[in-house]
Amino acid sequence: MSVREAFRVAMQALVANRLRSVLTMLGVLIGVMSVVLLVAIGQGARSEITGAIEGLGSNLLFVLPGDGDFGSGPSRSRFVLDDVERIDRELPGAEPRVAGSSVGSEPLQVDGVRLNATVLAITASYPQVLSREIARGQQISESDIATSRRTAVLGAGTAEELFAGQDPIGRTVNLGGTQFRVGGVLARVGGGGSPFGPDQDRTVLVPITTGQRLFGTDRIDSIFVRASSTAGVDTDRVTVQRILGQRLGEEDFTVVSQDEIIGVVGDILQILTIVLGSIAGISLLVGGVGVSNIMLVSVSERTREIGLRKALGARTRDITTQFLLEAIVLTVVGGLIGLGLGIGFAQLVAAFAPVPAEVTTWSVVLALGVSTGVGLVFGVLPARRAGQLDPVEALRRD
Amino acid sequence: MRPEVASPHLLEADAVERTYRLGRDVEVHALRGVSFVVERGDYVAIVGSSGSGKSTLLNLLGALDRPTSGHVRYDGRDVREMDDAELAELRNTRIGFVFQSFHLLPRMTALDNVALPLVYRTGSPRERRRRAERALEAVGLSDRMDHRPTELSGGQQQRVAIARALVTEPALLLADEPTGNLDSTTGEDIMGLLETLQAEQGTALVVITHEAEIAARASRIIELRDGNVVSRAQPRGQVSASGGPRGDI
Repeated sequence: MSVREAFRVAMQALVANRLRSVLTMLGVLIGVMSVVLLVAIGQGARSEITGAIEGLGSNLLFVLPGDGDFGSGPSRSRFVLDDVERIDRELPGAEPRVAGSSVGSEPLQVDGVRLNATVLAITASYPQVLSREIARGQQISESDIATSRRTAVLGAGTAEELFAGQDPIGRTVNLGGTQFRVGGVLARVGGGGSPFGPDQDRTVLVPITTGQRLFGTDRIDSIFVRASSTAGVDTDRVTVQRILGQRLGEEDFTVVSQDEIIGVVGDILQILTIVLGSIAGISLLVGGVGVSNIMLVSVSERTREIGLRKALGARTRDITTQFLLEAIVLTVVGGLIGLGLGIGFAQLVAAFAPVPAEVTTWSVVLALGVSTGVGLVFGVLPARRAGQLDPVEALRRD
Repeated sequence: MRPEVASPHLLEADAVERTYRLGRDVEVHALRGVSFVVERGDYVAIVGSSGSGKSTLLNLLGALDRPTSGHVRYDGRDVREMDDAELAELRNTRIGFVFQSFHLLPRMTALDNVALPLVYRTGSPRERRRRAERALEAVGLSDRMDHRPTELSGGQQQRVAIARALVTEPALLLADEPTGNLDSTTGEDIMGLLETLQAEQGTALVVITHEAEIAARASRIIELRDGNVVSRAQPRGQVSASGGPRGDI
């Protein structure tokens, strides 16, 4: 019997037992769907977050308070504005390459509109070092900092929420009980917030000196250094460590490069993706066991048919092929439908949820490969049992 | 026709024994040395009461089973020396089965049921369909081709089964109590049909039955009792036009 003929016979049997076929398929379908969907969500989160970090520009060094051991919890910063200036003097090049910022949360109010804003108190070099473009008005200047001017640059989202399309430049806003004049609006970044930082579009930038007075501190939370090239990242790191080391202990600060952060974050999210995929994979396995189970039932229900087919000239191999194909058709069709649904739901998630979803080729290949493999592996036992039935016994069965 | 030098017989049972083991120490001797031959175009009845070894013999003649000792030869080839694929081919090309309980597949039409043995051969679906149609015509069911078995009477179902047996143009029709599930009038029709096919197509016909009237229609009767052949008879000498050559029995 040709494979094509065996396929036809298998299809005929599956159609004849529609309900059972559909229910069996469901196990594999849900398994493949979960694998594709969960891996897509994990992968989407990964590229979203690493993308957000990359969006800050390239060849960045982050100087963070504490010894870099995430397990020990947040550390109090001991950086001051003078540290930024000393690093700036030591690094070669005319371009500003060092920025500092202090972060706080303050109520922001204009007319009747009130919201809680993430306030970034920044050095004048901050927009250039961290690639923040101005859309309208002006960035915060050295003279704003020198005079502790009460001027604010709004993120695109903040400006939209407060002024709803009106021009905010020159308007006055109340920030933490102090009147600020809006000096500029930043260009939209997009991407939303992430566990690793605030939504860039919903921040308010103020001069570092003004901000420190507002927060009631003389500290700086983070220092950013942009190296001139990829090769410069390591030399700059040494310079920063040397300068800060003169004043602070080793446990007071950590210098990490952007690539290191992306690497670590990417690895963590990759593991998360694999864990999600594996959990979904278990449901695929359970679906496979279901296929095996149903096929065994099918073999015992169709014992007489198998006996008859053997009497009419079917070889052991013909019977085995027929039942194996039934199992494979079930799992492949279930797998394809599951794949379609998985991609569909991933797009729904991408459209409506804050977490994007990216269907990856490897998850599709894996899910389909595994579902076909499941059909093959879990179909073999019932198929062999069918093929080896003794025709004399099989025909006698009523 | 395959080359047959060793034996001129279509089918030969030579001192066939079949023993079943039940449990550890119990052996059941279903057949204790049965010998006979079936020639091309022969019409043989095998009779015996229940437990006489009829069913065991049927399985052996149908190449569904191998003897414990002795030989079953088709065209001189010993069934015991054939592997699974060769046995399947033998059943497919040389033997047509007709069962007491018809054994039609319920979800298939009459036509698909008849075409079933051809599935295990090469040949296009179109060719299969054509041959199945011809076989159904030969049993007088041209107008029932697309019916399922449940939509047919018992006699019609057995006709479909006969069409399925002869669609492969076998050398031997092996009928196991073919009228057992039918009323006597219908049974008469079915026997008539089998005999017509045997006479017209030169197919050997072996009928296994416990009914003396059915057996009496054959040209030879082989009677089994407790696994042995107890008598060989020729009830009416030459029967109808079958008149195949008589082996020495």
